[in-house]
Amino acid sequence: MYEFDYQKAASLDDAAKFLAAHDDAKLVAGGMTLIPTLKQRLAKPSDLVDLASIGSLKGIAEEAGGVTIGAMTRHVEVQRSDIVRRVIPALAALAGMIGDPAVRNRGTIGGSIANNDPAADYPAAVVGLGATVVTTKREISGDSFFTGMFETALGQDEIVTTVKFPKPQAAAYQKFKNPASRYAIVGVFVARTGQGVRVAVTGAGPCVFRVPEMEAALARSFSADAIKDIAIPDDGLNSDIHASAEYRAHLVGVMARRAVAACA
Amino acid sequence: MTEIGTPVRRREDYRFLTGQGTYTDDINRPRQLYAYILRSPHANAALRGVDFAAAAKAPGVVAVYTGKDIEADGVGGLPCGWLVHSKDGSPMYEPPHPVLAQGRVRHVGDPVAVVIADSLAQARDAAELIQVDYAVEPAIANAAGALRAGAPQVWPEVPGNICYDWHLGDPAAVEQALAKAARVVKLDLTNNRLVPNAMEPRAAIGDFDRATGEHTLYTTSQNPHVIRLLMGAFVLHLPEAKLRVVAPDVGGGFGSKIYHYAEEAIVTWAAAKLKRPVKWTAERVESFMSDAHGRDHATHVELGLDVDNKFVALKVSTIANMGAYLSTFATCIPTYLYATLLAGTYTTPVIYAETKAVFTHTVPVDAYRGAGRPEATFLLERIVDLAADELGLDPAELRRKNFIPTDAFPYQTPVALQYDSGDYFSTLELATKAADYAGFEARRADAARSGKLRGIGIATYIEACGIAPSAVVGSLGARAGLFEAATVRVHPTGSVTVLTGSHSHGQGHETTFAQLVADGLGVPIEQIDIVHGDSAKIPYGMGTYGSRSLAVGGTAIIKAMDKIVAKGKKIAAHLLEAAEADIEFKDGQFSVAGTDRSKTLGEIALTAYVPHNFPHDELEPGLDETAFYDPKNFTFPSGAYVAEVEIDPDTGTLEIVKFTASDDFGRIVNPMIVAGQVHGGLAQGIGQALLENCVYDHSTGQLLTASYNDYAMPRADDLPSFALSTHATLCTHNPLGVKGCGEAGAIGAPAAISNAIVDALKDYGVRHIEMPATPEKLWRAVHPQNMAAE
Repeated sequence: MYEFDYQKAASLDDAAKFLAAHDDAKLVAGGMTLIPTLKQRLAKPSDLVDLASIGSLKGIAEEAGGVTIGAMTRHVEVQRSDIVRRVIPALAALAGMIGDPAVRNRGTIGGSIANNDPAADYPAAVVGLGATVVTTKREISGDSFFTGMFETALGQDEIVTTVKFPKPQAAAYQKFKNPASRYAIVGVFVARTGQGVRVAVTGAGPCVFRVPEMEAALARSFSADAIKDIAIPDDGLNSDIHASAEYRAHLVGVMARRAVAACA
Repeated sequence: MTEIGTPVRRREDYRFLTGQGTYTDDINRPRQLYAYILRSPHANAALRGVDFAAAAKAPGVVAVYTGKDIEADGVGGLPCGWLVHSKDGSPMYEPPHPVLAQGRVRHVGDPVAVVIADSLAQARDAAELIQVDYAVEPAIANAAGALRAGAPQVWPEVPGNICYDWHLGDPAAVEQALAKAARVVKLDLTNNRLVPNAMEPRAAIGDFDRATGEHTLYTTSQNPHVIRLLMGAFVLHLPEAKLRVVAPDVGGGFGSKIYHYAEEAIVTWAAAKLKRPVKWTAERVESFMSDAHGRDHATHVELGLDVDNKFVALKVSTIANMGAYLSTFATCIPTYLYATLLAGTYTTPVIYAETKAVFTHTVPVDAYRGAGRPEATFLLERIVDLAADELGLDPAELRRKNFIPTDAFPYQTPVALQYDSGDYFSTLELATKAADYAGFEARRADAARSGKLRGIGIATYIEACGIAPSAVVGSLGARAGLFEAATVRVHPTGSVTVLTGSHSHGQGHETTFAQLVADGLGVPIEQIDIVHGDSAKIPYGMGTYGSRSLAVGGTAIIKAMDKIVAKGKKIAAHLLEAAEADIEFKDGQFSVAGTDRSKTLGEIALTAYVPHNFPHDELEPGLDETAFYDPKNFTFPSGAYVAEVEIDPDTGTLEIVKFTASDDFGRIVNPMIVAGQVHGGLAQGIGQALLENCVYDHSTGQLLTASYNDYAMPRADDLPSFALSTHATLCTHNPLGVKGCGEAGAIGAPAAISNAIVDALKDYGVRHIEMPATPEKLWRAVHPQNMAAE
């Protein structure tokens, strides 16, 4: 780990001002990705701005029929939340599949989506449910929040404050885990909503993506059979020692069908 | 009193579970410095220069050393402990193994320089300032590839990268038998390279006492005396009387902490040079690229059967990856600990094995849990299953037909070993019954109805443990004896300290050995202390590996107790005014036979240390005895495992539905600890079969699995509940009748799992699936149209 200065932010305003003034400062939320990265000397921030003591970033509320989750809410809190389990049980289930108990007890939803690891679980839920990411500056639709591998629409001094998830009619997440890291080799989030069907895929590509062909087919007939003949091209999908692009493409289909079946 | 056979709770666990253990990294010496080792990022490169001027001036830095300093001080290379000769009688090639690179790096992780500073962070920061001018050259990571013409040469003086080309057995007899065989079954298979991954990374602290001139090394070792001998005699040229090696609590070894490593010599040497203690602790990524790896064989096997389905000959050709240098015991693993096990549990009359050991630009490979025996068992049990499949026979029946009969012991195999005892029929019967082998087809049909592919697989195994008769291994090239030593010290008031050369790093010796002493001397277990791991305290011991601790180290304790009892009888005879021959010892009491006159062990001990009324003409005072025990033979644990698996053809995901193990470990001292050892071994065996794989990029020699993000360790939820049973035939040549249990699970599990997988996939024409059997491999096996893409 390289040396850095630790800044304990007293408020969002404080944190944003500090970020605006220091190009090499980084926010730390749960630290479940950042701290190992620092320990391996793969990042060299000048400062870590800790959001842990900003109370307004924590908590889960039922709002406008959906669920609003504070950026600093830990995965275990989402997993166990009565509200989330009642309103969007698929989201609680997804949170319970992240990492291991140690990670779930430290990692946060804001940290996860701001990091946008291509194999993280939450991006599939944010896109799959058509959630809205609320920041210190604006509201960003889930579809436009994730812009590329480890890239988001966030500006340098922009901080995620909450994520607003609308309640779907039905939703399910199916994850095929990497046997080593337990990240998603492929994770598919399927949601049936008043505005149509959403199919969001994580792990398979450099960034979470939707599968419009499946969404259209499911809008016509919401059944696993409706998408059984839709082949996902393996072009541009991830390929590594754990899974080839071809296998990932195949798994997208299987996981999508299972997610649809699980919605029933 | 008998403590033998009782599941006494592990006495050491209180300190481990409450964080009170003392591991090497927990030790801090006054004025201690920290070492950071700069390692090569390249697999094969000439070192054109190492510029450390800036690093030497960095804050907190006390010294920066490179290979030049090592050379200037006459520090020797790491020695290899076993000389193997090739078929033509020529000795193996032993390349130098410098503790810091001399002019060239030969694998990713090869140590180039050491930075020593007041803090670890300062040492690391300074290491980044070192400019190494590498001339990167093509590398070869794959052993078969290293044999091809034109492959990069790891050592210019070793043409074709061949360390040795060894063989065992009669090739002509085997060829003749195969030619006459009714059927010859052939298979090519690999035994995947593994990274040991002990929970505690390696660490070492060098210390030098200017007042006494004594050097002390604290290290994560399974055998501190072996390290003292190798480092003192070959590397640093220090007299053993002035070199103390302490292996305190050690968090797992699995073989990887047997060997003498560069860092041990570096910190000991640097501490003497700087007159300050120097600590080094591996980061996990360093463990991946510097701990000796395991396995990595490519093998061709042929099994001949006659018309009655009896095995008539076995031929095995193996390419074994040694890595870039020879680790301490690397050379004996794919030879004397491998080919000698190829008879397995069977009566195969002629066997021929040849092994080419090959240098590659990879981390050295050495013994890892099982060491040679898992590789032998895997190929043998795979080829037997394949034979059963080709012949349309029940694999259990084919095995029974070829088992060594239970009344045939001692049994001389055609590959040098003589098995003393065993009963392969009983363990197979126990395992197949517990697994409901007979009812399997109904379960397969049930699974098929829900779209799943279910398979069942059997593996039997034999292992040679309790290594080893020194004269035998000496004749085979070992450069060490393989006895064990123990001191039993009865204190004046009757409590007992046992000093043992068997190091405990998870095995529970502090409990099992105390049970032996409680049983042998009738002393309550609370009054027995087991001491190990410090060369300044214990007698010269050979350490812990090859499931030898109880069979060899335990026997040394028994022999020392025998001496205590013999002396105690003489003292008792004197005190009780009886003939020595009339003294009996039982449950801690020395009694005159047929009378109620007796003395307790405590009374005898007090007399021995306060010898007012003592047979001084005949005896010396004190009650403190040492025994060295050199075993007469190996021990031969055996067993039968049954795995039942279910595969989801849509994804290739595999679930182990049931795993049944029946083992013959001889007499069992602590069944709970034995079960724990079997569980751990099975976890690692299943890990090899399904998850673990050390992957190098073939063209660059980069290690692609250098963290837990990519190297899949088995976790609890990857494993089923194990159904265990034991059936004992006693070892005939040690007093306890014990055989050893530490490696069995890792030896038997890979073949059982693989056989179950092939059985599940038999409708797809699958003959073999290479380990680890990942979901993608299994998916491709059931979707052969996708095979081409791989």
